[in-house]
Amino acid sequence: MPRRLLRDGQIIVDDWSYAAEAEGAGAEGTAPRAVILSVEQWQNERDKWSGGGRRLGLVLLPAHKVELLAADISRFDLIAAEFSGPGEGRGYSQARVLREQWNFKGELRATGYVRRDQLFFMARCGFNSFELPDADIAGAHAALSTFSWAYQPSNDAGLAVTLPLRRPDTTASA
Amino acid sequence: MYRYDAVDKTLVSERVAQFRDQTRRFLAGELSEDEFRLLRLRNGLYIQRHAPMLRVAIPYGLLSSNQLRALGSIARRYDRGYGHVTTRQNIQFNWPKLEQVPDILAELAEVEMHAIQTSGNCIRNTTSDHLAGVTPDEIEDPRPWCELIRQWSTFHPEFTYLPRKFKIAVTGAAKDRAASLVHDVGVHIVRGPAGELGFEILAGGGLGRTPIIGQVVREFLPREHLLSYLEAILRIYNLEGRRDNLQKARIKILVRTLGIEEFRRRVEAEWQLIRGAGPKVDDAQITRLKSFFDPPAYRKLADIEPATAKSAAFQAWYRYNTAAHKVPGYRAVYVSLKKHDVAPGDITDSQMELVADLADRYGFGEVRVSHTQNLLLADVEQGAAFDLWLELEKAGLATPNIGTLTDMICCPGLDFCSLANAGSIDVAKLINQRFDDYDYLYDLGELEIKMSGCMNACGHHHVGHIGILGVDKSGEEWYQITIGGAAGVDASLGHVIGPSVKKADVAETIARLLEIYVEQRRPEERFLDTVRRLGVKPFKERVYAAPIAA
Repeated sequence: MPRRLLRDGQIIVDDWSYAAEAEGAGAEGTAPRAVILSVEQWQNERDKWSGGGRRLGLVLLPAHKVELLAADISRFDLIAAEFSGPGEGRGYSQARVLREQWNFKGELRATGYVRRDQLFFMARCGFNSFELPDADIAGAHAALSTFSWAYQPSNDAGLAVTLPLRRPDTTASA
Repeated sequence: MYRYDAVDKTLVSERVAQFRDQTRRFLAGELSEDEFRLLRLRNGLYIQRHAPMLRVAIPYGLLSSNQLRALGSIARRYDRGYGHVTTRQNIQFNWPKLEQVPDILAELAEVEMHAIQTSGNCIRNTTSDHLAGVTPDEIEDPRPWCELIRQWSTFHPEFTYLPRKFKIAVTGAAKDRAASLVHDVGVHIVRGPAGELGFEILAGGGLGRTPIIGQVVREFLPREHLLSYLEAILRIYNLEGRRDNLQKARIKILVRTLGIEEFRRRVEAEWQLIRGAGPKVDDAQITRLKSFFDPPAYRKLADIEPATAKSAAFQAWYRYNTAAHKVPGYRAVYVSLKKHDVAPGDITDSQMELVADLADRYGFGEVRVSHTQNLLLADVEQGAAFDLWLELEKAGLATPNIGTLTDMICCPGLDFCSLANAGSIDVAKLINQRFDDYDYLYDLGELEIKMSGCMNACGHHHVGHIGILGVDKSGEEWYQITIGGAAGVDASLGHVIGPSVKKADVAETIARLLEIYVEQRRPEERFLDTVRRLGVKPFKERVYAAPIAA
């Protein structure tokens, strides 16, 4: 069953494979051109996956420090942050640090426990793709326009437009 | 006070719409209990012992008369005719129906109120000094800064799923009336080396299971950096606070584990990275925010002594239930929510409407909520105090006990809260019955009793001069007593005096503690200071010397 996801506001079929999926596919001689590795796989098997024009992605677990990627960040076209459960919130900070301090321009994907009610804040922090359960995916697009202003600056990299910033000294009409 | 503009209104309405949809999906079975729980908590909605409980934010304790009227109306139509004022300047409704909560939120939005982030693991209502802007001991009015923090923290995308709840208190006076040392972050307005205004930033305070007094992270922060510095603290906490154990997830545990030096080093390092690009406060912004808190149109008056030639009852009320005002001819007047036969902090719908009317007639249409669970009319002409007293007295809102033993802080306890081990409201009643002699109360002077029905310490028992904690002993309600706690600038945690006591013995236990105080106190010495001077021992000996007769 191909994985559907919401990327840049569009529901698409995922064009990335996780390494475990890729290994299955590779046996048939059609190794995917875009593979997402775990941090361990990147550390231990990078030669196996590098080269051949293959695009690489990496999954950060909640406890991983973004600094871990310091030397290698330019090697990745995709970074995913895993949300281990409904209360997990480290990924929001990881995303902002990646976008705002490491200037990561590639796909930033939320994976794991991701539901439509979290999407708006995730997108404000920099996620632009979301692995959602099928039940949530249809209504998810609307979640990206939950609020029309922001009280605080963020990168808004996952929103179609940068939200207007509501500064305390501007009386704007909305 | 701060007034919403079109943007604030839009955002609050969008939140109501969002929550209405979430509630609909839950009722339609599209969201599980667990999934809905995280969403409703961020809108202040708990499922309690008897019914849902809705906690409405009163930002830094400030209400207009119209807002208070709306709360009264909501209490009457959606609840059982009352609300409960909390220690964090919120008001709680104990009996709303789940399916009506979106309508309540919509009505609140009409009067520029909300329940956003009043619970859940996010940045909560920012609290402050209830005498802000009127107290003579103030360096600067903290409320514009509170409003700045309110806006910045509202729907903060990065800090909505923190390891645990996060509470900020801001004070600008010499005396700390906001318990800022037991908050996750305390912000103190201070003067810098050249006399310029800025902030002292504390972190890691908190009550609950592991009470800790906050420590200084930065002695002086230039004012334009307030938000970026808070953002640095929150980011370190969000990334490094514990998430594996609910009891160890507050920032106080992170600060204690790292040590304040290492915590400070990490915060400062993060702040250096973000201070350039992070949220900045420029003069134009703060000037505009300050304009909302300009003083009302005070009349030019001289100080008078209105109590002379009036009844003794009025004199006592005036002495205890009013506070000094920086403008000559004015006093700040407490509206006591500590009537003896009423749960501390409870207020009825008609009382809310009456206080709203009194605020219009006597107090420039504004009402404040104190963290000690009373209301306040901050700007009352001294010459009008007597007439105001007559009206408050008639409505049961003039119990002349502010700052005394029976001005107790008290959580809702076992009667309402699903977390509580023991009742607190009925213990308050027993204490009120025992200590009903005002001459004795006044002789005891300043005395803070704080009571919580469980370890979560909503009643701040650790920082009561006398603290009372409800504990469950094989299904029975018992009470652990502490003495020597304080919440102000000299904050300290109380010491347990010994084994817990039965409900029926709490009042007698307090009476014995007070005997020692009365016997041993020095002139003008408060109970708290006598405890600090003598230690727990003599108090403990007296309490446990003889069994308490049934």
